[in-house]
Amino acid sequence: MSVDLEQFHQVFFEESFEGLDIMETGLMELDLGAANSEDINTIFRAAHSIKGGSGTFGFQGIADFTHVMETLLDEMRDGRRQVTREAVDSLLKSVDILRMMMNCEQDKSDPDTDTIKRQLTELEAILGTSSGGGEVAAETTSSSSTSSGAGWNIVFEPDANMMLTGNDPLRIIRELAELGEIEVNTHQEKLPVFSALEPENCYLSWDIILHGDIAESVIKDVFLWVEDECKLTLTPIVNESAQPVAEEAKSEATQPVKAAATTKAPAGDNKKAANAGSSSIRVSIDKIDDLINMVGELVITQSMLSLLGEDFTMENLEKLQDGLGQLERHTREMQESVMMIRMLPISFSFSRFPRLVRDLSTQMGKKIDLVMSGENTEIDKTLIEKIGDPLVHLVRNSLDHGIEMPADRIAAGKNETGTINLNAYHKGGNIVIEITDDGKGIDPDAVLNKAIEKGLVPPGANLSNQQINELIFQAGFSTAKEITDVSGRGVGMDVVRKNIASLGGAVEIQSEFGKGSTFTIRLPLTLAILDGQTVIVGDEIYIIPLVSIVESIQINSDMINKVAGKGETFKLRDEYIPIVRLSSVFGIENAKAKELEDGLLVVVEADRKPCGLFIDDLLGQQQVVIKSLEQNYHRVDGVSGATILGDGSVALILDIPGLLRMSVKH
Amino acid sequence: MPTILAVDDSSSMRQMVSFTLKGAGYDVVEAVDGQDALNKAKSQQFDLIVTDVNMPVMDGITFIRNLRAEANYKFTPMLMLTTESAADKKTEGKAAGATGWIVKPFNPDQLINTIKKVLG
Repeated sequence: MSVDLEQFHQVFFEESFEGLDIMETGLMELDLGAANSEDINTIFRAAHSIKGGSGTFGFQGIADFTHVMETLLDEMRDGRRQVTREAVDSLLKSVDILRMMMNCEQDKSDPDTDTIKRQLTELEAILGTSSGGGEVAAETTSSSSTSSGAGWNIVFEPDANMMLTGNDPLRIIRELAELGEIEVNTHQEKLPVFSALEPENCYLSWDIILHGDIAESVIKDVFLWVEDECKLTLTPIVNESAQPVAEEAKSEATQPVKAAATTKAPAGDNKKAANAGSSSIRVSIDKIDDLINMVGELVITQSMLSLLGEDFTMENLEKLQDGLGQLERHTREMQESVMMIRMLPISFSFSRFPRLVRDLSTQMGKKIDLVMSGENTEIDKTLIEKIGDPLVHLVRNSLDHGIEMPADRIAAGKNETGTINLNAYHKGGNIVIEITDDGKGIDPDAVLNKAIEKGLVPPGANLSNQQINELIFQAGFSTAKEITDVSGRGVGMDVVRKNIASLGGAVEIQSEFGKGSTFTIRLPLTLAILDGQTVIVGDEIYIIPLVSIVESIQINSDMINKVAGKGETFKLRDEYIPIVRLSSVFGIENAKAKELEDGLLVVVEADRKPCGLFIDDLLGQQQVVIKSLEQNYHRVDGVSGATILGDGSVALILDIPGLLRMSVKH
Repeated sequence: MPTILAVDDSSSMRQMVSFTLKGAGYDVVEAVDGQDALNKAKSQQFDLIVTDVNMPVMDGITFIRNLRAEANYKFTPMLMLTTESAADKKTEGKAAGATGWIVKPFNPDQLINTIKKVLG
């Protein structure tokens, strides 16, 4: 039979990437000089699994590379080799290369062989061998041995307890019979009298004559498992007439199995399928069990309700209401359970930072401790993937611009080692991620001067420290005097803020000059559901994301301020706020409120700019499931998606930043 | 049809072994480490065990030693999946009561052939 190994590749890649993460974390936590052998064993085991799997699934390059790493780890684990900084650094680099190789296999692209070779050379130099990765072949080549043209005399004397390892002499004799014609002579001399017979022991031994041109190694392979549990002598039969040709053919027939098998793996490799990009998610059994429970409850409620509906009378109204209440509760619980399935601990995103901080701080000559907390805080998988880059940018920023050089820190009376805290926690339906450093903080004067120089702020402007700090998120702002390798790659904080905003989140900064800075990122738990405020304009219902709403007010005519050609504004607590009439944006003609005094203004905020949305009335607050307009229709300006309301009608979800941009254009 | 217990902490290897053996008509139960395997083997009788060696919680050799000590697993074939470089593991495994081993990397055909031979 043939099994298509490609179907296991995706699982193999997933577990291997996990293994690489384990190796990376493990290597970074190793105490140089005094490493715990159990800690090394964990790293070893991950490497070992990758090696075994990659060999089996046809990724020989990965298997060979991992083999060298494994050898080094093995020596470290057994205490034959010191755990040196050099070795750990080299292994960490190897982990990166393995990850690259794995990515290449996954994308079916070609890996950078020079880098791989260079790293292999480096590892081998540490090992003190220069075998060029060929040592794997050592054992397989040992099968070249003598063969006898005529056959073999085999004396096979099992130890009494051979069967207690699950081995069966009969199986071995049967296997020999497959190699060629055999004659078997059984010795029963050792068989004791019945009363002394131990039924679990083997008392028999055999003389076997095996005819045919069979290599000694083939016979030894048959006895391979029991060679330490029996007396075995093999003597070639000489001076016998030539064996029938048929025997020869038979004996050969057993060998091509191996040959055919080894050529099969690369063949499977060439047949490249396009499903490499499909992603999957690992879900704990508990979450699935919860879900199944919930479905069970739902089924019960459903059957109860349909029973009620069969012959409904008004006396049963209370029961019906109970049932509907239950249905609502179960649906909500189920919705939560399903959402939970997509949730992963944020450690998936955090895990890259110890390495990043370690490498970058070494590179910059800074001393930095990274302290992480709340790694188990769960967040939607999509958000984990998308928050990665902004987080890296912020951490790099703290490393580069925040933490000072050790000498400067001592001069400032601080501990020479700086600290970066990475913390995640849930707060009121949001997840909050904080990046705190105890570095030099933001120099308000420097930032203000820079902003004036760049024309972002008029000269002589009087800004609070907080307003100044916010300036770093402005497009075109960068205080770095020169572009360093670490941050400042032309991607500014404005992009970070924009990327976080596109996830429905926000980023803020608090900073104290000389003491350090804290960046706070707030993200929704999921992108699939949102808390919305339903509002009505004419006959149309719209949904405003609750997070964007500051307040809803009814205004008086004396608050309104019409500027010719510039649209309407109103004055709210000494601030002039532009008004956007949803009816004119979306072309609704039958809006009930024509005059601003008749309707309501929902004050929303996007990119820290407030705006009043003019509507007829507020309806209610509810959670809505976001349906993509792009996928089902096409993009509409000012609308981020749609949802289906309880009565089956469709309501559009407003894209507040988009709406504001539109209104500016108008 | 004989029932086989397939033990491996790597889910890709476990799935491959299980899929291959099921394809050959065997009933297969999977376990993720030695301890899991030991629990499963105690609650159900298996005709053959295939186990990885390097595993967290309980390694394959300890598992074999423990299971071999059980009265109803005295003669049950127990095969280790091991790498060529781990020669000492084979000796250690044999001493613990393993029947034999299958060398990694192996392909599905090699696995099936070996298991067919052992189960007769």
